Amino acid sequence: MLTCYQPAAIAGKWLPLEKDGLHDTSNPGLKLLQSPAEALANLPPDNAGNQVNWHKAMEQGLINPRSSLSGAKEPEILDLDILMEDTRGALMVLFPHKVHTQWLDCENCHEKLFKYETGATPISMGDILNGESCGVCHGAVAFPLTECNRCHKIPREQ
Amino acid sequence: MAQKLHKGLVLLSVACLSLLLSTPPGDAQAEYGDVVMNKYSDDAGIRPVVFPHWFHRVRFRCKVCHADLGFKFEVGGNDVNMLKIIDGEYCGACHNGEIAWSVENCDFCHSGVPGTPTQVHESTLQKLIKPAGAPK
Repeated sequence: MLTCYQPAAIAGKWLPLEKDGLHDTSNPGLKLLQSPAEALANLPPDNAGNQVNWHKAMEQGLINPRSSLSGAKEPEILDLDILMEDTRGALMVLFPHKVHTQWLDCENCHEKLFKYETGATPISMGDILNGESCGVCHGAVAFPLTECNRCHKIPREQ
Repeated sequence: MAQKLHKGLVLLSVACLSLLLSTPPGDAQAEYGDVVMNKYSDDAGIRPVVFPHWFHRVRFRCKVCHADLGFKFEVGGNDVNMLKIIDGEYCGACHNGEIAWSVENCDFCHSGVPGTPTQVHESTLQKLIKPAGAPK
């Protein structure tokens, strides 16, 4: 079903900046900027977003992004999965804190977007598609909303 | 029956979403998550800024900018201007000639096609809610 989705850049075919239509080709500084292919080609591939599996890239040590400007601070990782059961006809959602805390601070989500208490914050696909809730990141920078089964992956017991 | 209908609706929604997301609003086909910042640039006669998330997340986790530096998760929601940057706020926390290139390299950040509106390029919001991408 989702094979009809053709992202702007197909895996391994990142457009150079001078051909992406967003950068001004008359800019003399353009040739000094790194091209996406140069940075991304050696990272684990994905079929959506930047065509990079950013989580794997970090897990495999291929990238080691800093947790603070100086790089002196270690991230505070929380290894806690949350099962969201009320997903109507869709598969249930499993939310992994671990991968999220590898990139983010608790305060990025709590309590502006989500209350600490499990189940206390209503979440809907309508809000997410509108760039709210999970959609603040997913559909903008984190993997896009075409990837339903990355969140909705837990079958209900019959 | 009701369950079948529900499943059908879910599949239909997914199909519509896929179709909508497959159609870029403009000609530009830059990287997912590239942010165009054009709150002041056009009016100031300089190219809009293209901020590549992909480049920055190789080097920094999201929290560094979005928690420590105070960038809100909202396109256009941050009042970033050159005065603040030169004063060490926002981009200026790194782009000071020590961690990253300094502000005299205007062309490196101000690299977008003039007239391109503020947007998160390739985002769902851009494609479904507020289509933008073609020059004004």
